[in-house]
Amino acid sequence: MIEVQKLTRYYGETLAIEDVSFQVGKGEIVGLLGPNGAGKTTTMRIITGYMPPTSGTAKINGYDVLEEPQEVKRRLGYLPENPPLYPDLRVSEYLAFVARLKEIPSGEIERAIDQVIEKAALQEVRHKVIGALSKGYRQRVGLAQALLNDPPVLILDEPTVGLDPRQIIEIRELIKALAGEHTVVLSTHILPEVEMTCQRVVIINDGRVVAEDTPENLTTRASGNLRIMLEIQGDGSRATQLIKQMPGVQMVQEQSPEVNGHLKLLVECERDLRSEIARTIVENGFSLFELTAEKYSLEDIFLKLTTQEEVLEE
Amino acid sequence: MKKTVAIFQAEMKHFFYSPIAYVVIALFTVIVGYFFYSNLSWFVEQQYMDMMRSSQFGGMGRARLNVNLHVITPYFFNVALISLFILPLVTMRLYAEEKKAGTVELLYTTPVSVGNIVIGKWLAGVVFYLIMLAPTVVFNLLLFLYGNPDSLPVLAGYLGLVLFGGAFVAVGLWISSLTENQIIAAIGSFGLSLLLWVISWAAEFSGELLAPVFKYLSIINHFEDFARGILDTQHLAYYLLLISTGMFLTFKSIESSRWKA
Repeated sequence: MIEVQKLTRYYGETLAIEDVSFQVGKGEIVGLLGPNGAGKTTTMRIITGYMPPTSGTAKINGYDVLEEPQEVKRRLGYLPENPPLYPDLRVSEYLAFVARLKEIPSGEIERAIDQVIEKAALQEVRHKVIGALSKGYRQRVGLAQALLNDPPVLILDEPTVGLDPRQIIEIRELIKALAGEHTVVLSTHILPEVEMTCQRVVIINDGRVVAEDTPENLTTRASGNLRIMLEIQGDGSRATQLIKQMPGVQMVQEQSPEVNGHLKLLVECERDLRSEIARTIVENGFSLFELTAEKYSLEDIFLKLTTQEEVLEE
Repeated sequence: MKKTVAIFQAEMKHFFYSPIAYVVIALFTVIVGYFFYSNLSWFVEQQYMDMMRSSQFGGMGRARLNVNLHVITPYFFNVALISLFILPLVTMRLYAEEKKAGTVELLYTTPVSVGNIVIGKWLAGVVFYLIMLAPTVVFNLLLFLYGNPDSLPVLAGYLGLVLFGGAFVAVGLWISSLTENQIIAAIGSFGLSLLLWVISWAAEFSGELLAPVFKYLSIINHFEDFARGILDTQHLAYYLLLISTGMFLTFKSIESSRWKA
């Protein structure tokens, strides 16, 4: 559905993105993740045909963005970082204007507007002037605009910025509901957002793609070793000794003792040894209070990937 | 076509949803009215003195004062001059505002062509100018009510004004497409329009080769005949050329700004 090949873009002398390549299949939701200034917006602007790349190609439904921009734009809904609104127009007037730009036949405009107003929950402000709306509402008007004409491809640049927690959940639900029929690319620097909404993540840092996978794979792949946290009661050094002798255990670390005499141990092992460890501990007369496998969060991966990159550069 | 109309209508809304439109129209009408009133007063006074003189000398030495020549022709020149000052205020936001507000991102990512945008916006500027001119028609109606001027020259004069305004709107639209600052757009369009007006002065002191070029370029030289009520296709061609040049430059500036962005 979306094919991005070796996109490179310079702003004058400054390199914004370099060799960015990724693909998005039909009905997928893909998140572009990266710190501010990593090149997410530039990538999206190229895909939408807003600006041309310095080199590389972007194709939507097989149509090249540079060669057949009109065909690409007909299949696209785009919510830019700053919603492109006219503050002097009413919400309904604005949507009617965009509907006409998007070549919706006059007879269907009213219905198309009704639909997006319902989807973006704008019923209350339908006849209000956009300039008088709150940031959250403006963001939703921007989203409604992108949804007009029911485009097969949606490009959303930070769709949940400026919304309150309840609205964020609503928008995420809406985006999830769009998957299947619509192909969605969204950018964000909010990690839980990606974990919750996206099927695949493309992490961009300093203008380059540093990782691309499902959120689950990313977390397991980058973690490598499994970390297990133990809370026991008894002789700490003996417990450490016992666990260290087990095959597959790489490291045992004693955490500072807790107030009620419980000990916390951190075990790093090659595979999931939770049941073996539990048995060993109990068989040797220790009391086991807690045993949890610590997962690397996407946040850890993200920081790992984006900071590693910086270290390499230095 | 539909998209051009959509751009045009949105532009008209932007005009009339902001107070600028009303201020501009009011100011324009008042200033044009004042010029018209002073000119007409002078004319009436001359007429009166003329009558006095002719009754004293028994119909001898009567000056030939003519409404068309002494009221209507200067009136059209005055309106053109006032338009030179006011039109940059109309055209300044046409494109600069889209850039500033980021709505160009909407225009460039929907299936709208640059041609749709340029024509729609130019048309909106011209129609707004027509709306500005509408109240001034009343002044001419007064002349018809109390005198008997020729009507065709008045129509020719208005046609001239529309062409003249269309050319200034095209120039202003181009300048507006070069910047995202409305003030710069207004000053730039005013400067360029003024230059187009006075460029014929350069003909006075330039060589034989350049003099006719400067004379031809001057926007007001081509207006004279219209103001006098003469229709000449040569002048019509000039204005159409200037309008298409302005629109072409706007087209190019919008296209290239996307590559430079």
